Amino acid sequence: MGIRFILMVNKQGQTRLAQYYEWLTLEERRALEGEIVRKCLARNEQQCSFVEHRNYKIVYRRYASLFFLVGVDNDENELAILEFIHLLVETMDRHFGNVCELDIMFHLEKAHFMLEEMVMNGSIVETSKANILSPIQLMEKAS
Amino acid sequence: MSGPSLMDSLFQRSLEDLIKGLRQQLIGEQAFISKSLEEIRNEIKSTDLSTKSTALLKVSYLSNLHFHDMSFAAFPALEVLSSPRFSHKKIAYHAISLSFHDSTPVLLLITNHLRKDLNSTNEFVVRLSLQCLSRIANVDLARDLTPELFTLLSSNKLYVRKRAIDVVLRVFEKYPDSVRVCFKCLVENLENSDPQILSAVVGVFSELVCKDPRSYLPLAPEFYKILVDSKSNWVSIKVLKIFSKLAPLEPSLSEYESSVRFAVGKVREFLVDEDPNLKYLGLQALRIVAEKHLWAVSENKEVVIKSLSDADPNIKIELLRLVMAMILGSILSTCSRNLYEIIVDFDWYVSLLGEMSRIPHCQMGDEIENQLIDIGLRVKDVRPELVRIARDLLIDPALLGNSFLHGVLSAATWASGEYVDFSRNPLELMEALLQPRTSLLPSSIRAIYIQSAFKVLVFCLHTCFMRGESIAPSASLDNLPAGVSAYASYESFDDFSVENGADATVVHGQTHEAMMWKYKRAQNLLGFVDLTKPEVLNSSIQEKKDSEGKGVETSKIIKLMHYAFSKELGSVSLSAQVNVSVPYGLMLKENLSDLEMICGDIEPSSSNSFSFGNPNEEKDGLSFSSLQINEDSEQPHESTSLLAVHRKRHGLYYLPSGKSEIISNDYPPANDPTKTDHSKPRPVVLKLDEVNEKPVAMKQPDPRDNSLLGAVRDVLFGSEDIPPTSSQSNLSNSSKRKGKEKQHTDPRVESKESAVGDGNSSSRRRKTIVKVKREDIEVQGRKMTRKEKTLFRKKKGTVVVGINHDKEPRSL
Repeated sequence: MGIRFILMVNKQGQTRLAQYYEWLTLEERRALEGEIVRKCLARNEQQCSFVEHRNYKIVYRRYASLFFLVGVDNDENELAILEFIHLLVETMDRHFGNVCELDIMFHLEKAHFMLEEMVMNGSIVETSKANILSPIQLMEKAS
Repeated sequence: MSGPSLMDSLFQRSLEDLIKGLRQQLIGEQAFISKSLEEIRNEIKSTDLSTKSTALLKVSYLSNLHFHDMSFAAFPALEVLSSPRFSHKKIAYHAISLSFHDSTPVLLLITNHLRKDLNSTNEFVVRLSLQCLSRIANVDLARDLTPELFTLLSSNKLYVRKRAIDVVLRVFEKYPDSVRVCFKCLVENLENSDPQILSAVVGVFSELVCKDPRSYLPLAPEFYKILVDSKSNWVSIKVLKIFSKLAPLEPSLSEYESSVRFAVGKVREFLVDEDPNLKYLGLQALRIVAEKHLWAVSENKEVVIKSLSDADPNIKIELLRLVMAMILGSILSTCSRNLYEIIVDFDWYVSLLGEMSRIPHCQMGDEIENQLIDIGLRVKDVRPELVRIARDLLIDPALLGNSFLHGVLSAATWASGEYVDFSRNPLELMEALLQPRTSLLPSSIRAIYIQSAFKVLVFCLHTCFMRGESIAPSASLDNLPAGVSAYASYESFDDFSVENGADATVVHGQTHEAMMWKYKRAQNLLGFVDLTKPEVLNSSIQEKKDSEGKGVETSKIIKLMHYAFSKELGSVSLSAQVNVSVPYGLMLKENLSDLEMICGDIEPSSSNSFSFGNPNEEKDGLSFSSLQINEDSEQPHESTSLLAVHRKRHGLYYLPSGKSEIISNDYPPANDPTKTDHSKPRPVVLKLDEVNEKPVAMKQPDPRDNSLLGAVRDVLFGSEDIPPTSSQSNLSNSSKRKGKEKQHTDPRVESKESAVGDGNSSSRRRKTIVKVKREDIEVQGRKMTRKEKTLFRKKKGTVVVGINHDKEPRSL
């Protein structure tokens, strides 16, 4: 299964983007996000970026005011996921030009599309920024 | 409603307005949101598609980030989907991906839309629909859209083909029959030179391989080529993942010592690095390595201890786990050396084993399992204590969820079934064996549970008949049919069903044969129950005098079974078969053609089945899947109600959610002077064999025990000094993490150990059959059934001996 969910959360704990790859009810999601966010936000810089939670792992990294959290299965490669998070940030940066939290807030569906290009069914399928962004740009022209 | 729509479209707030409005609300955010939701509900009813789509967009936003239910938008989403405008479709698909799930009522209606869009010429529309499909596919959708998917897999447009490959995995999961249609295409794409396609296909395979590695072994050479040729790191990672699953099965794929040394060297580099991430991973890797290679840890001792003072609690936890694993491992190995010569008080040792298995994150499950069985066989006096420990382990429902403990639980079950006459409360044992949470266990282990339940039942019935009582059996038999029939009927079905989202992970990796074994054993048990139930229940009502007459038939059967189970057969050594001379009239054949004669009507299970529900098993599959549709809706209710009943009765054992493991810190002290009773002599430890090898734990040729047999035998074949473990694949995971080295070498497993997860199922080695005369093979005066005969297969290097009243097993 690989990746179970991807979250972007700001320092106050508000979710800015949530993409789930397995179905959870709203209540479950609320509870899950609350727990995880609490755990990750409480950690400081020196600590490692992997947190174990129930039967999966959370890999996270902080970029400016936004935390990127990815929940993965136990047998997933953590360093690869860290790279993936970095790739995601770089891609958004290229698309929005110096991406910040507000960009994501106001263009949520674009962020979703970008994610959908990169991750499908819980596995990373595309890692080239050019390949990810070109369909998105074409689609925007088409609509 | 046409009047308001004009107003709505003029004054409708766009998503941007909504967001801005939200941000401006410092307090009263909830009120603002509920007001907006009201507006949205109105807007969404409008006939104008643009208004609808904006409303849809807003509600998706709110639902995603603020957890509001958007099921009222499901049907309008479909309406927007039918719009010809691309932007509307985009929004609609987005909303659908976010909110549709298996129980959305309008899911059925989407099939046609998807079909139309999948066949569209606009590749972006196709892309949208493929992505949507990957998020929401369920069995019906997967089944209906397989033909379209198939055409897309061979499409000319690179982009479309890539996306189709990505979706294929999900469709495979939901609807296994699609494998037949699409698999060839997938394999052809492996040879495609385009890197994008290649990485997509490799990704799919890496997930498939996790579920059933054996089927994909033939493709190993292609993967190797890809690994060597690929320039992309991501692809290498995926291929390595594939190999890590394949390696334990094929000894020729791996090479041992040098790669381990290399890996440990890298781990050391990680440990001394400043970055806490690397330290954490280094410790984790070391823990996995430590099980087999203690030298690795002792080399790095100082570094390891230094990390104990590290600020990061995660690192400390990892370190403690590492240390604990090492300690446990060395305890187990020293104690078991030389047939447990250092142990005086076996009762204490057995209870220690039980406690060890309860420690969270204990990875010594296999070793503990072996020792439990071994001690049970060799040391007669400790059997009551063993049964007591087994009962404790079995009763606790929390342990069933822990996958490391499956081995231990199977040993406990076997022990409790085998030595049930020592147990104090067999009815309690019965309940523990049949509890609903055992559905979490893999099939092979549940088969053992059923078998033990059988033995316990027979024991209970027998004792009750002996004493002439009829009260107790009726109580147990009341529960029994409910428990066992529900258990047996849905256990095989829910293995085929992958509908249970989170529980589906448990289903994977089960061999077809294990499931059939379990099903057959359950049927045996049910047959027995049906046979004896009417008489037993009748006898409870009638007078004792009358029960004599009617119960005679039943009591004969019960006596029979009891005798069969109670006769103790000692272990037989490996070399015993060699010592037995071939009797006159016995013909040993070298090939399987004779098997056809004996069991022509029984279909042997194929080892080429794909794992998702065995499309090869045609006739059984059909009946299962058709029944499954009916049973499916009933299953959740049945299982949850059973669980509720069980929880009520044994509430003590169901701890509140979150902590489900009992952490016990006090081991009873070793050889405690106050407790040691010197008047009780050290119990006798049977030396079961003169030959150096450890004897195999085989007691009966009873085919029902073959899976445990196989597992125990295969593990015992491993090396003497190092406690055998099953974590070979984890080691290669650690080597995978070491950056860019192309380690296609993975730990080699001795060829016999390679069948650990495999039990008795398919072997490519030649099999020989022993054709023995009918008269020689009698089990308690009745002829062997066909089933039992087919299982008298002799594999190379192993021994199966029939029950023969004339000859005692040789080597005790």
